[in-house]
Amino acid sequence: MKGVGDLKKMINGHMLFCNAKNPFGSSSVRSLLGFMALAFAMLLGGSTDLLAAAVDAASGAVQGAADTVPSGISAPELIATDYPTVSGVNSRVTVWLVAQLHLWFAAFVLAVPIFVFIIEAIGMKTRDQRYDDMAYEFIKISITAYSLTAILGGLLLFSLIVFYPHLFSYLSEIFGESMFYYALAFFAESAALYLYYYGWHWLQGGFRKWLHLSIGLVLNAVGTTLMFLANGWVTFMMSPAGIDPGGVFSGDTWVAMHNYLWNPINLHRFIANIAYGGSIVGAYAAFRFLSAGRPEERAHYDWMGYNANFIAILALLPLPFAGYYLAAEIYAYSQQMGITLMGGIFAWLFIIQAVLIGTLFLSANYYLWCGMGRSDGAVRYNGYIKYLAIAIIGSFLVWFTPHTLVLTNEELKALGGPYHKYLGPLGIMPAKNTAVNIMILFTALSFLFYRRSNRIATVTWVNAGNAAQLALYTTGIANLLFLGIYHGYFTNTVYKVAASIPQVMTTLIIIVVSITLDSLMYRGSREVAPLNWGRVPNRAQYALFLLAVAFTWLMGLMGYIRSGIRQHWHVTDVFRDASPDAYTPTLGYAANIVSIGTILFMVLVIFVFWLSQISSRRTDARGYWKGVQGG
Amino acid sequence: MKHFLKVTIFSLLMIGFFAGFSNYGIPEIKPAPPPVEEKLDLGAMTPEQFIILGEKLFNGKGTCTLCHNDVGGRAPLLERAGIIAGERLSDARYQGRATDAQEYLAESLLEPSAYVVAGFGKAGSGDAVSPMPSVTAGSIGLSEVEVSAVIAYLQDLAGVEVTVEIPTDVQTPVSDSDAPDAAPRVALVSADEVITKFSCVTCHKMSGEGGELGPDLSRIGATRDLAYLRRAILDPAAEIADGFPPIMPPTYAGEIYAGELELLVQYLASLR
Repeated sequence: MKGVGDLKKMINGHMLFCNAKNPFGSSSVRSLLGFMALAFAMLLGGSTDLLAAAVDAASGAVQGAADTVPSGISAPELIATDYPTVSGVNSRVTVWLVAQLHLWFAAFVLAVPIFVFIIEAIGMKTRDQRYDDMAYEFIKISITAYSLTAILGGLLLFSLIVFYPHLFSYLSEIFGESMFYYALAFFAESAALYLYYYGWHWLQGGFRKWLHLSIGLVLNAVGTTLMFLANGWVTFMMSPAGIDPGGVFSGDTWVAMHNYLWNPINLHRFIANIAYGGSIVGAYAAFRFLSAGRPEERAHYDWMGYNANFIAILALLPLPFAGYYLAAEIYAYSQQMGITLMGGIFAWLFIIQAVLIGTLFLSANYYLWCGMGRSDGAVRYNGYIKYLAIAIIGSFLVWFTPHTLVLTNEELKALGGPYHKYLGPLGIMPAKNTAVNIMILFTALSFLFYRRSNRIATVTWVNAGNAAQLALYTTGIANLLFLGIYHGYFTNTVYKVAASIPQVMTTLIIIVVSITLDSLMYRGSREVAPLNWGRVPNRAQYALFLLAVAFTWLMGLMGYIRSGIRQHWHVTDVFRDASPDAYTPTLGYAANIVSIGTILFMVLVIFVFWLSQISSRRTDARGYWKGVQGG
Repeated sequence: MKHFLKVTIFSLLMIGFFAGFSNYGIPEIKPAPPPVEEKLDLGAMTPEQFIILGEKLFNGKGTCTLCHNDVGGRAPLLERAGIIAGERLSDARYQGRATDAQEYLAESLLEPSAYVVAGFGKAGSGDAVSPMPSVTAGSIGLSEVEVSAVIAYLQDLAGVEVTVEIPTDVQTPVSDSDAPDAAPRVALVSADEVITKFSCVTCHKMSGEGGELGPDLSRIGATRDLAYLRRAILDPAAEIADGFPPIMPPTYAGEIYAGELELLVQYLASLR
């Protein structure tokens, strides 16, 4: 018989317990400095993002070290009473809602300049002023949202300092340097944004227009850098880097920033922000369309709504791939975390996600199909729409199918197990991957039909081109099905996962080749008739609203799971959450919080839209001002 | 204003639908609370309790079954690990330092890359690197004694001799939910005692006597094998007998000693 002592010899050096109680001596000093810096920032009325840097700078002074690279930072071991409470306020819900609202607005204000820059460039290239006007209107909406984003960022910082001072202190010790650069970048972004917006009509024509576009480029570069910095803090909490086996952080800021999930999140958020920004301005255009009295006004907002939807779809198409890449990297980082994500308590969340993404795809497609009514030539394609709808809905239903079913014991017995004989196999990832790829392909096809609807190709090889398109889609879909079925059901887990890559490549190749081929086919094509902008049913505008609402709600839901897979850890496996709210909330509870957040966000967005409208209104105040004649 | 109201109502309805579906359209699973740690008196623990502790750690805090299950195929099944362990030492691919089966099991837990079963390595590593997380750090964080208990359980599971000695001089924290009964009792030595202790006949009929809430066990050995009987006791919800309600308490796994379980199972199997 061998005892613990014998095994100890064997396992000596592996048992890694981090029981050393962190004295956390400087924490109170740092918290105090945090409060002081907050008050200072409030007095100045400046950005509260500056605050993080202020806290760091102040604590840096306390340390008396010019070198801001931290070393040997241990996570404190807390108990429930270490978390300050405010009577009648739930700490977690407060931080949750404020963080989520900040993220929604940040996503919006970071995304809008990206496509505004592209639209402005298109306007410069085509010399079509409508693009320039539309780009200006988009940025006008985001300018008000920008200050709201900063206010919410300040509130988030305030909530963190108040409710989670130890966590904030720990993170600022590690990320102090990057927080300082974040504050600098925020100033740079503000300067670039104000120049870009207020200089729009001043910097027009020739070199000035190039200068304006360049400012837009700087604005986007700085904005994206800001997001990447903040992503580093968030992903460190999920997949901490620079942690030694004893749980002590011994790296530098870059090591912490460049953690395992940083780039996957960067990519995912970058694409998702564009899709989200497109959906929000789409909702704005839809509301203005519904409220418009004059036909030319309806035409303008119809055109704006179409472009917003186009932006949203364009970013929506690669989004599932970015999401899959992120999930795969989570598995690669920690299989345990991956299983918690996809096969554990969060597994059912992906059925909700399927409903929401299905809603996004269906509403975006529905809007396109309604929009075909603008063209007199669309009648040629109307017959195909029902097939597109069947394929997209069918794919949605496969994605929606759960692997295990909710059954009573009687039902379980009648079914012979938790899996349905025929539908059960549709619940696993290979089936869902195949369905998503097909859904994306048919959405691209919808767009292709829309694009063709008002044009007649004049090249001599039209028939050959159409045959090639048909062959491309047919063989591509056959390949998707083969990869999904063969690798999904007749090989082991490794190949099941690996098969998703050729599936993605197949879909991307089909989309790129078919759009390129179509562009060549329709080069020099003639219009059936001028497009009737404004000739679109009101219900199409509700599809745009649905897109915005579903996107907002979905982002909130995925924010919950991104944070939730850390479970009872502030920083995975390093810094344990000992607060009374350390438990993982149920999906229903999370959905209710997300719903409240979505309603709050919608209220604030409506306020932003309203502000952007009243800025151009004037009230006749004849007789009010001394010495000014009315009329 | 009319459009504003219509759009607002439409948006609220959509949000309500998403919230409603999340609350009522899918099963409401309440995640387990974070583990709470407390001291365990190892000196008062019987070998059976130690194995049961290992089993609970295996299924609970250790999160072993997340991967070592027959559904996902992410990690090898461990039912025969105690038997295979000795064979592995002479395997050409074995890179470790263990000298016997017990050490091999310990090494598998602590240095899983010492031997990676073919097909279960990290992607791209050619089965040289194990994807298994550290069981002694982070969110799993098994203590030395807990690692030993898991090894004892794996040996017991495989039906080989349990060679791990139960520590008697170590006070170690284990998770609250994983701790067996604080007050140990003396292990029962006959199937009759076990049946009496756990009041099996309240619900089951044996030799013509007993309740009818559960299946008649008078000739159960004729139709069910040992594995089924063991599972039916430890995890009654795994398979509910036709025509009976799922009322058997799932708590026996936490109450019955390993030796008692074997006595009971062997006895039931003999009822033909």
